[in-house]
Formats: sequence, C-alpha cells, structure tokens
Amino acid sequence: MWNVSVSPHVRSNESVDKIMWTVVACLVPPLLLSVFVFGVQVLLITAVSVISCMAVEAISQKLLGREVTVKDGSAALTGMLMAFVIPPGVSFLIPILGAVMAIYIGKHLMGGLGYNIFNPALLGRAFLLATFPVAMTSAWLPPLTDGAIFTYLSSGVDAISTATPLAVLKEQGMLAFREAFGSPAEVYPSFFLGWRPGCIGETSGLLIVLGGIFLMYKRYITWHIPVSMLGTMAVLTWIFGGDTLFSGDPLLAVLTGGALLGAFYMATDYVTSPSTRTAQLVYGIGIGALTVLIRIKGGYPEGVCYAILLMNPLSSVLDGWFKPKRFAPPAGGEK
Amino acid sequence: MSANLTFPKGGVHPPELKGLTEKLAIEVMPLPDELELILGQHIGAPCTPTVKRRDEVSEGALVAEVTKGLGVPLHAPAAGSIKALGSSAHPLRVSAPSITIKTNPEAAPATWEVQEDWRQSTPEELLKKVHDAGIIGIGGAGFPTHVKLKPPADSPVDTLLLNGAECEPYITADHRTMLEKAEEVVEGGKILLKILGIKTCVIGIENNKPDAITAMSSAVAAATEAGFDIRVVALEVKYPQGSEKQLIQAITGRKVPSLALPSAVGVVVHNVSTTRAVRDAVVLSKPLIEKVITVSGRGINRPANLLVKVGTKVSDIVEFCGGVKPDLARIVLGGPMMGFAVSTLDIPVTKTTSSVLFLTEDEIDSRELSNCIRCGWCLEACPMGLEPKEIGIYVEAGRPEDTAQFGVFDCFECGSCAYVCPAKRPLVQFVRLAKMKAKR
Repeated sequence: MWNVSVSPHVRSNESVDKIMWTVVACLVPPLLLSVFVFGVQVLLITAVSVISCMAVEAISQKLLGREVTVKDGSAALTGMLMAFVIPPGVSFLIPILGAVMAIYIGKHLMGGLGYNIFNPALLGRAFLLATFPVAMTSAWLPPLTDGAIFTYLSSGVDAISTATPLAVLKEQGMLAFREAFGSPAEVYPSFFLGWRPGCIGETSGLLIVLGGIFLMYKRYITWHIPVSMLGTMAVLTWIFGGDTLFSGDPLLAVLTGGALLGAFYMATDYVTSPSTRTAQLVYGIGIGALTVLIRIKGGYPEGVCYAILLMNPLSSVLDGWFKPKRFAPPAGGEK
Repeated sequence: MSANLTFPKGGVHPPELKGLTEKLAIEVMPLPDELELILGQHIGAPCTPTVKRRDEVSEGALVAEVTKGLGVPLHAPAAGSIKALGSSAHPLRVSAPSITIKTNPEAAPATWEVQEDWRQSTPEELLKKVHDAGIIGIGGAGFPTHVKLKPPADSPVDTLLLNGAECEPYITADHRTMLEKAEEVVEGGKILLKILGIKTCVIGIENNKPDAITAMSSAVAAATEAGFDIRVVALEVKYPQGSEKQLIQAITGRKVPSLALPSAVGVVVHNVSTTRAVRDAVVLSKPLIEKVITVSGRGINRPANLLVKVGTKVSDIVEFCGGVKPDLARIVLGGPMMGFAVSTLDIPVTKTTSSVLFLTEDEIDSRELSNCIRCGWCLEACPMGLEPKEIGIYVEAGRPEDTAQFGVFDCFECGSCAYVCPAKRPLVQFVRLAKMKAKR
C-alpha cells in the first residue's frame, strides 16, 4: 500500500553522482587555464578523453549485461583526469585508446565502479606511456605567454616541443634547469600559476590546490593523503634530491610534475585509496616516498603516476592493518 | 549544569524537523471504539491472556500475564468487553497474537489517585509494583524495566541516567513530557534511585530542547531532598546521542564493553517517559495503559503530540489528526532513523511506539543503491567504530558468516552509516542479514 523499506527512512542528500560531478567541476578551472597556457587543442583532447571514457563505459556495461550508469559521472571524471596527465601536444586519437584501457579493462573487467584495484585514469596513462612512448614523453609544449591560443592548432606541434622541468633537472642537472626556467624567485610563482611545460591539467598548482581545498570544505576529501604525500616528497627531496645530502629543493619537488594533481585528485580516489585515517597517512607517505625514489633513481623523470599505481593495491591491506578504533572491546578481550 | 556533553566518535546530524510538533501541548486522544493489545509488547516471550471472549473488563484490569521467560503483564487500557483473541498487524512480525477490546463509551474513565507515600515502601515492594504495572522501556527498546532495576550482584550500580536526549528527528513526545510533567519525571527518578539503593541521578537532554532543560532543572531544584543527588545536563545535538552506550559515555565517560550491559560500568539508563510511567505505577498504582506519542511528518494534516491508549490503531489516529495528505509516501512507527515502515493503517500502537510518522516523497529517500565506492564515510559516521562498508560488501558477496571481524554484533542499527552513504546502500539491512549468519 505504501512504500515500505528498511530504516533509516531519511538519508543525507549526498550521492555518488553529486560527488563525481563536483570533482569534475573542480577540474574545469585548471582546464580553462590550460587553454591559455597550452592552447585550445587541450580542450579537444580533454573532450575526446571524456566522451570516449563515457562511451566505453556505456558499451562495456551493455556488453557485460550490467546496468548502464554512465550518468553517475565516474567515467567523465576518469576521462577528465586521464586527459590531465597527457602531454598537450599529442594526437586527439590517443585518449580513445586510453579510455578502452582505463574504463573497459581497468574498471569494468575488474567488477565495475568500486571494484577496480587501480586508478583507471592512471592505468590509462600508464598504458599510453607504454604504447606511445615517444608521443607521451616528448609532446610537451612551451607555455604561451601571448594569449594566442590557436597557435599550436594552426602551426602544428612537431617542430616546437620542449622538455619538462623534471626532465631537464634529471638529465642535465640544476644548472641547466636554471638556465632554461630561471632563478628560484622566477620559477616558483610561474610554476605555481601554471606557466611551465607539463601535462594538460597538472601545471596550475594554484587552481589545483584551490579545488582541493573546496573538496575538503565539502568534506569529499580530507587532508590526510595530500598532506602526507606532499610532505613526504618535500622532506625526501630535501634530503636526497640535491648534489649533497640536505640540499634538495623541497618546494620545487611539489611544484613540478604531477605532484599536486596526484596528491589532491588521483591519490584521493575513494575506490583505490584506504578508508581509515591512519591508513591514509601511511598510504600518502608511501606514494610520496615512491615518487621521490622514481624521480631520483628511476628511469623516468616523473614518478607520481607509478607511485600511485604501486600503492593502489595496498589500500585494502592498509585498511586491514589500521582498522577503526572500536567503541570498547568485549570485557574478556577480543576473541 | 555543564554544557553540551557528547560522545566523541562518529554520529550524524540529520535535519531535526521537530518544529512540526515541539510547541504543541500533549492532547488527550478520545477513546477509540476498539483497541488491539499485542501480547508481545516487550522483548521476550509474549504474554498469555487471562480473559476470554465476551469478558467484561474495567480500565487497568489484568488481561494477560507472563507465563514464561522475561516479561510483564498486560492491562486493559479502557473499560469494555473482549471482542476477540486473535491477531493484529505488527510492524516486524507481520502479524502477532493480540486481544481486541471493544471499548465501552458509557464507562466513566478510571480515576487514578495518589496512594500512600512510596517512601515508606521497601525497594522490593516498589520493584514489584513496577513489574505488576507492566512497565517496559517505552523509549523504543521494550526491555522489561524491573529487570534493569535488578542489576547483577557482581556489578554494583552507582549512577542512574535518565535519557531525555530524544535524538531521533521529528519526535517530541519525551520533550513535551519533560516540559509538561517535569515533577512527575523527577519523582519517578527518585523512585528508581530508591529501588536501586543509590543516590546519583543524571538527566541528559539534548540542547535543542532548552525549555525542557529549564523545566527539568527547576523541577529538580524544587524537589531537592536529602539522599537524592539529581542533576540535569545538556547534551550536544548529535544522533545517536540517546543510544544507551553513547549516552553513558557522554555523561560519565565510561565505556560499556562489547556485548555487556550498562551495569558492567555501574550505570542503569531509563528513558524519561518510562520514568514517568514508573512514577504513575508506584504513586497512582496505575498500570502502563497509555502513552504520549508524536504524530508528525508532512503527510498528515494535523501533526500533534497525543496521549493515546495502548492498542489504539493508526487508522484511528489518522482520523483524529484530520487524515493524510495525497502525497503521503511512507508511514513509519518510531523515528525516521530506526523506526519501522508499515504497509497498513490497521496496526496498533504498542507500549514502545514513540511516534507515528507520515512522510511524503520529499521527506524520504527512495533512491536505489549502487556499488560501494569505499569512500569510508560510514566508518566516520559509525559511533561504534565498525566497518559497515565491509559488512555490506561481504553480505553482497555471499559471505555474511565472515562479518564478525568487522564487529557486526556491536551494531545497534542506529542507521548513521546508511544515512551518510552516498551510494544509498541499505547498510542496516546488510547488518541484519550478517547478524543472522555470522559466527560469534
């Protein structure tokens, strides 16, 4: 006669859709800034990435006989984040392949939303890095300073690729870095605002941090993972990142590569990160340590993507080690 | 009066929505034509009827008594004749054995007068009166009150807590009782102290009821008496502040161990309305035959706080409160966080019904569940430090028997986890399934 269901009968108005689309919205300002830094083609790459992720999600769910939930925003978010970690000078077609890896293999073959072990966007990027190693490591563009956002679209990008700050630092050392990007006083503000070579959405530290703070204000994420990850990176880079011990540049470590994007938007992905606060701190420290290890000793200039992918499968293990504190154990002790 | 005590871990803040009824004085609902007395009002075995069909009964007469197990007797809420010994709709058991009384509108209502001074009675005599009057925890749990007043000899009790938190949204029955019957609640508290043989009593009230806090504080001050140390404390508004373990922790700082009773930490908790019923049982020799309930929600035309006879059917309440609105979507007995949705209006009020809520589509949430995204919000919300998400995932995966590791037996089903869950997962239902199969 009436709607009968189990208690509670009132529920908060938060929902998965609302969370996902809010995070997507937080990524729009860095994307718009990226248009001014790298040109209008980044919009196209991002649009292709988002649309292909949503299409692959719908097709995967149809093929697997599951309910189509493409409207929940999770595939759109994956598409957005995957585009954000792709260089701005790649072919528009690259994200389509990445979407198949991220959404079909990385998400739906693992059981769908909530059951994937690895962050789908990063899995997509890792796959693209392996399949298009040249494009994914060289299609960097020097930041535009004149607002001519159609430059790269009309002239093509092949002739004018550049190197990322981390690559210069790794391959040529601090002196070459200074020569290419300027003194610390010039580098910190321009890097923080987003004027540096890098992936589409990772350069604007300011807008990424502001979005992250908004997500914290909404209580969608907490400080634990970003702070522990960035803090660990800063400390370890200071100790081991220079020519001698304790001479590295901690601020530069945080402002380069995908550190901020990774800390606020990738490492905090609910599905692939731990749930308890202590586990989150350990997880963030792990990502930070692995990132610095890869940056200093590894073959790649940047390590955030692999560091997060390496820590992802440990999330449930960490949750098992650092369980929430129970109200009170039984009088005779826990069995 | 110390300010705003609370439990430290977990809890949620659902919209309070008490404004619909908090200013409305308790109304006496006219006697309905028929009353249906469910024989199993309390936790434990149902009572056995002591009356036959067509028997005439007077108000307050014994109609069923305990023949096995824990329990308390049942009394006729009004004068009338026994129409049937049959069964009634029940929110949990679908149908339950009951006694139907055809009320006699001609009979004068019983007059309950003050008997001799209870201070002259022994604790044993008082305890017997509590039992004989059929008093159970009417805040919702339905545990026989006299049993809680006889704590095990190996765990001496030093503090009585009176629970006036009323943390469920909508409900204002305890609020109005504390406001309008403060003296009676305080006297009930003294009786409980005398039965327990202790002197300390703390009355905890959420601070969204400042008028009740004031009324109770004045009643306590006016009733100052040697040998009784009673005080009122304000509690932070946070659900589930009125849960026994959370209330004890908020007020005394003591933690009741898993699977143990409050007496294990020297505390006994009674609801304020139960306390008032104890007072009526002892002072007036009046059995528990009526109770204050809140009728609320946007789906009823006239929300109210009503004094109703036990056994009054929801359909009679609907009629008295001006009928339901067309967009009524769900009827809930009890609070919106822990109450039970019912499918029929033919369901009778029991001693443990604290409210009848008529909720419209805007007030409830019928969104379908989706996959757990492991956001961990349920872990933050759980006041017991459990892992509701894991319990849900295990139950869905067909492994409910392996959920004891997540503390499923500590769960008292407050619903905080399901309240915050963005995937709208029925975590309380998962827990109930897990409890049936998990190995202790």
